Amino acid sequence: MKRLINQRPGATLGLALGLLPFVLLLLVYIAGSEARLAENAADKLLPSFTQIGEAIQRMAFEPSKRTGEYLFWVDTASSLTRLGLGVAFAAVVGLFVGMLTGALPLIRAGLSPLLTVISLVPPLALLPILFIVFGLGELSKVVLIAIGITPFIARDIQRRTEEIPTEQLVKAQTLGASTAQILVRVVLPQLMPKLIDAVRLSLGAGWLFLIAAEAIASTDGLGYRIFLVRRYLSMDVILPYVAWITLLAFLLDLALAWLSRRLFPWNLQGGR
Amino acid sequence: MIEARNLWKRYGDNVVLERINMTVAEGEFITMVGTSGCGKSTFLKMLLGTEAPSSGELLLDGARIPDEPGPDRGIVFQQYSVFPHMTVLENVTAARAFARKGITGYLFGAAQRRARDEARAMLDQVGLGNALSKYPHELSGGMKQRLAIAQALLGKPRILLLDEPFGALDPGIRADMHELVLNLWREHKLTVFMVTHDLKEGFYLGTRLWVFDKLRQDPQAPHAYGASITYDLPVGKLDRALYEEIDDNLRPVAAPV
Repeated sequence: MKRLINQRPGATLGLALGLLPFVLLLLVYIAGSEARLAENAADKLLPSFTQIGEAIQRMAFEPSKRTGEYLFWVDTASSLTRLGLGVAFAAVVGLFVGMLTGALPLIRAGLSPLLTVISLVPPLALLPILFIVFGLGELSKVVLIAIGITPFIARDIQRRTEEIPTEQLVKAQTLGASTAQILVRVVLPQLMPKLIDAVRLSLGAGWLFLIAAEAIASTDGLGYRIFLVRRYLSMDVILPYVAWITLLAFLLDLALAWLSRRLFPWNLQGGR
Repeated sequence: MIEARNLWKRYGDNVVLERINMTVAEGEFITMVGTSGCGKSTFLKMLLGTEAPSSGELLLDGARIPDEPGPDRGIVFQQYSVFPHMTVLENVTAARAFARKGITGYLFGAAQRRARDEARAMLDQVGLGNALSKYPHELSGGMKQRLAIAQALLGKPRILLLDEPFGALDPGIRADMHELVLNLWREHKLTVFMVTHDLKEGFYLGTRLWVFDKLRQDPQAPHAYGASITYDLPVGKLDRALYEEIDDNLRPVAAPV
């Protein structure tokens, strides 16, 4: 018998082991749901899959009686817009702040302490200020996401910039390159895949800030909807919404990973 | 062309190099050997401009060597001296782009075509003519160094600095690289400084061999004295006995036979 530490699952066993917890969770849910519904047919806590299906049908494929909109898709579109704008802003600002502080010692001396302090401020504590300054509209939600993840991206990119071997920077100088040329041709292209990595890591926080902002002040959005229907204990709506948010997050991550592999083939083996 | 006058290098109390005096004429090929930590790489960095002398002078054509790297002094490091995000051809073409003024360092149109042709010719010369569209991570160690050399040469430096360029290569490949470097040195009329830890390399490559070693030793304070050039020998008139003498000096313990 091999030691446990040396035993590796084959492809089939690996897949089966990976699926097992999902199947088990599903079975536990179904059993619990059936038991509760048998006791009380009006129970709202663990809706059956039929009830969840009906809720999805109502939210996604029938126009709302009040507004005539397909709420599920309207919510998805406005949430993704807010997230996309916030993350895009954070990525652009983070990239430039990180690259300049990482590559130019004079700028690092000026900005690094400020960046450190800003990254320690809990973004959610700033939310009331944002509402006061930017009002309750779209802007304050986008700004919350941007403020929440820009410092993380900037500091990560700064570290990545410092990791570029000095040899490369010296080499470019011996070929006559100016500071601007080194930044544009040597540093920036090597940071692009690192930026995608940083965005992937910060998307989790991005979703957190998005849902928090929508829960507090909004009239649509995935976060707004689940906090709204909570009042009616509508688990049949909340559960598919949570699953949908999870799926969206997963697909976004997958798309970014694919994009990185596709655009930066030289980065596959650590890029050395 | 290059002259050192009573050159010292210290880091705090740690004296690395002391009393370096030498002159080098255009077209010489100098190999530098010494134990690790003897300051030969520090000396190369001073020529490069990334380190400045603590006292004394290091002159190029009578003027102090600027304290930052410049296009008259090309460099090949042991590793990391090619750009991982550019293909072989782009790596060398970039040398041309960097030589021109501009913000972006990209070339367009006729200038780009010309640079590509020059780059292709140079890559043919170093034997990378059929790897033009590969990325550095797809190349072997020897091919990477060939690329780094081609890149440095397209910058048309007067002085080529080599910092243990073949230290990470297999012996067979190393011999090919020696031949390549010697050919390029003759053809481009370069002045070459090469740091190596391989004494044999220093003994037949190039025209002049420098051995860096400490002349004064204080066992109580090993950093109180720095190394200087203890042997300055013309290559070609060296015999076996001298080789063994230097070899013994460089190794604190006699090598097992």
